[in-house]
Amino acid sequence: MIVAERKPFDEIKNMVSGYKRVLILGCGTCVAVCLAGGSKEVETLNTELSLALGKDKIKFGTNTIERQCDMEFLEELDTEIGEYDAVISMACGAGIQFLAQRFPDKPVFPAVNTSFIGVNLDVGWYEEKCRACGSCVLGITGGICPVTMCAKSLFNGPCGGTNQGSCEIDKDQPCAWYQIYDRLALQGRLEQIIEISPPNDWRNQKPGKVIQPGYEERVKVQK
Amino acid sequence: MKSGSNLEKILKAGHFAFTGEVGPPRGANVQALREKVAHLKGKVDMANITDNQTAMVRMSSWAAAMICMQEGVEPNFQMVCRDRNRLAMQADILGAFAHGIRNILCLSGDHQQFGDHPQSKGVFDIDSMQLIGMVKKMRDEGKFLGGADIDIPPRMFIGAAANPFAEPFEWRVHRLAKKVAAGADFIQTQCVFNMEKIREWMRRANDMGLTEKVAILPGITPMKSIGMAKYMKNKVPGMDVPENIIKRLQGVDPKMVADEGIKIACEQIQEFKEMKGVAGVHLMAIEWEHKVPEIAERAGVLPRPEV
Repeated sequence: MIVAERKPFDEIKNMVSGYKRVLILGCGTCVAVCLAGGSKEVETLNTELSLALGKDKIKFGTNTIERQCDMEFLEELDTEIGEYDAVISMACGAGIQFLAQRFPDKPVFPAVNTSFIGVNLDVGWYEEKCRACGSCVLGITGGICPVTMCAKSLFNGPCGGTNQGSCEIDKDQPCAWYQIYDRLALQGRLEQIIEISPPNDWRNQKPGKVIQPGYEERVKVQK
Repeated sequence: MKSGSNLEKILKAGHFAFTGEVGPPRGANVQALREKVAHLKGKVDMANITDNQTAMVRMSSWAAAMICMQEGVEPNFQMVCRDRNRLAMQADILGAFAHGIRNILCLSGDHQQFGDHPQSKGVFDIDSMQLIGMVKKMRDEGKFLGGADIDIPPRMFIGAAANPFAEPFEWRVHRLAKKVAAGADFIQTQCVFNMEKIREWMRRANDMGLTEKVAILPGITPMKSIGMAKYMKNKVPGMDVPENIIKRLQGVDPKMVADEGIKIACEQIQEFKEMKGVAGVHLMAIEWEHKVPEIAERAGVLPRPEV
């Protein structure tokens, strides 16, 4: 899922201080699971902002839709949006942009910093796993991503800075290539990394687009 | 000859190579750089010019390498993967070659977090292994990484680093083999203090036939103080300083610690002269360039052969 962290309160407060009626809009999917921008967090932010800005006569409204990255759900806001002169979105960066695209005349402000694509290690504890580089090598690296988990995104590690199983940048950060070595050794597949991995094709260097097979015609018609 | 560099000639003639190192200034202080280099003149076959080492901004390695050349010392242009993408790397290799630089050392680079711009975006477009392959492709095939022809290819003598002391030890000689396969002509290792371990690593490199394909130069760093030894043991990732080194430094008169450090370094160099598969040593006298002539003298590597 996509993991996000709420922005510092003052930063959010300053963004909306010039407006009169502001909608705080949550997103019910990834950011709700990672406790950054679901309905609970919307209510918390509403309470904080109303307390801090109520004296300035700013009125806040709240809502949380299923997904801000889907037009179907954004459509639900079509009637309500007219009541507001700005929106605080608690969705990830993708959701915020789709919301802004749906209502181009409304200033939209982010209430979270979108952090990464990650996993749930425990309640409130998440770890990055994927940089969405567009050319996945997990098949040869034992299911451990060197682009994400190695601080230097090496394709032929471990480097000389590996520190008894930890990364040189932090004792608490495991060395991804040390783990890759261990896992491939366990599986008897070390020959996978004896070969030199060639320079990566960084497909994430321009705006990404995916059209699944069978949907090309449909996309053409819509364009 | 692949490059015609002095180091390549020294190695080809079968001499025991002796290389040094110079860190460019934190500014445009050319005079300070010339003075550092002057200590090495005639005492080393080549001097590594570090590339923003420990991720601190310094005069660019190719520019400092040119000043080094003007002072009569052949430079080894270090290039890390942290600060440039593949376009900038190839451009700098062409530029360096055009100005007469003939050796390059291909490195990953310390993570930017260690330096004076920890907020910066680390590039790491390609890794050190892929950089070696790219320089070889430019030299031997006359092609850019992207495949286009180069109008007068840069003919570099290609260096790489190896750390025999980092875990997993079993993998280290295989990673060396990968660097050799990628195209490394010479290897400079991490500072050696654990002789037992490097003997074993060299034995494996010999067994795998790697020392016939690549010139290995173990790294030598004389300890200046007990504090330095402890710092390297405890704080520098990938460094292996055995307790006996620290005990030995502690066992001498406090005024003689630095001298003992040099003594240890010279003993190591003596052993490496005899060790099968070792082609020379790389002396990293960190901020101790003025001691290089004395160390070279005491290690019995002077005069440097003319080739």
